[in-house]
Amino acid sequence: MDMILGHYNYWMVIIIMMAGFYTVISRGNLVKKIVGLNIFQVSVFLLYISIGNVKGGATPIIEKGVDLYSNPLPHVLILTAIVVGVATTALGLALVVRIKEAYGTIEEDDIHNQDQSL
Amino acid sequence: MKHNLILRVVSKFIIPLIFLFALYVQFHGDFGPGGGFQAGVIFSAAIILYALVFGADKAKRVITPYVLRLLASLGVLIYAGTGVATIVLGGNFLEYGVLASSQVAGQHLGILVIELGVGITVMSVMLIIFFAFAERGQAVLSTKAESERG
Amino acid sequence: MIDNIVDITLLSFLVILALAIIRMRSLFAVVMLFSGFSFLSAGLFVVMDAADVAFTEAAVGAGISSVLMLATLALTYSSKNADKEEKPTAHKPWLPLSVVVITGALLIYGTYDLPSFGDPDAPSQLHVAPYYLENSMPDTGVPNVVTAVLASYRGFDTLGEVTVIFTAGIAVLLLIGGRRRVKPNVKKNGGDREA
Repeated sequence: MDMILGHYNYWMVIIIMMAGFYTVISRGNLVKKIVGLNIFQVSVFLLYISIGNVKGGATPIIEKGVDLYSNPLPHVLILTAIVVGVATTALGLALVVRIKEAYGTIEEDDIHNQDQSL
Repeated sequence: MKHNLILRVVSKFIIPLIFLFALYVQFHGDFGPGGGFQAGVIFSAAIILYALVFGADKAKRVITPYVLRLLASLGVLIYAGTGVATIVLGGNFLEYGVLASSQVAGQHLGILVIELGVGITVMSVMLIIFFAFAERGQAVLSTKAESERG
Repeated sequence: MIDNIVDITLLSFLVILALAIIRMRSLFAVVMLFSGFSFLSAGLFVVMDAADVAFTEAAVGAGISSVLMLATLALTYSSKNADKEEKPTAHKPWLPLSVVVITGALLIYGTYDLPSFGDPDAPSQLHVAPYYLENSMPDTGVPNVVTAVLASYRGFDTLGEVTVIFTAGIAVLLLIGGRRRVKPNVKKNGGDREA
């Protein structure tokens, strides 16, 4: 019971991570692949913030009368990661628009058929 | 245009409040949650709301793409320029303590200035990306009409 | 106790949303579900005491990302597919499913070594974090420790991040910045490659 209470966060995060991973590798639509990639990214953020959480701690803003704070270091890393993630998503979506203009479709199978690349 | 009426009236009321909130988040990032990134994104969200309700052309007249490109570079320049200024004043790169009379005051000033640079860059880049996506769809119609005419 | 219940509830909603996004075929619904997913994860960050991260995730994920995805859907609209649905895939799902299950099982086996959720004596809370929590007020005078670490102690990383987002803006401008040029004899459905 202690093991479940202590680790359910990580297990659910891994389920979400695998859901995003499955969307990327098994669906053919390019926009849906990018949505799956974003789900994967959000699950990784949840994992890091769960590691930095302290039971009974407060938000890491120094105030009088508060002794226990949550760990501020994962917050800093994830802040940078979120902004880099949105930059990557914007670039991926711009590439999808150009692919649509060049091939006329955004389904992976149709693109491979037009290209005869695989 | 009955459907647009509610959206237009409410957004005219809300957009100045969003700007005010973005400025609050930018400058109170030291004392509460917030900082440069959040403020930049909220500021750009206000202008994107204006573009969604009134059209992207009107939004481009509020803040032109040339000014946006200028502001994006200006933000990075402010950030790196603070680092170079600390070198000129005798410290290491991005050592804010030398910027003012005491260490703590210098740190406070340095953090304020670089958060400003971050906020300006993030705001302008989000708007550049949005206007690029919004303008791409218009080009196809105009050139098709021109090719059919000529 | 209430914290744990709220945590479990929000996480199960997130799992349900992620599984629904896999199954949905209408792309508009997928983007809307993703926006809700991002907003719920921002709520989860607040419950886990990460106020700055929740702020950024709500603004960026539920705001900017969703707007850009909707703009992409509007630009990749094909006239014969009025509902913007994805094509049903012709491949059988057994290989991706087995890869995902094996990877998930290995990862769950790996989490047995992680410290308990919320443990104040975990190794990650013992070395660098107390230094930042004690010294950020005397060194910088800024009460928000996350801003102090981001802007002062780890200022180089933030400079790199601003450069990354500036580069992304330039790259998007290069890709789809100008007006699209269409040759006069072009097919109606938007492709301009010769077959």
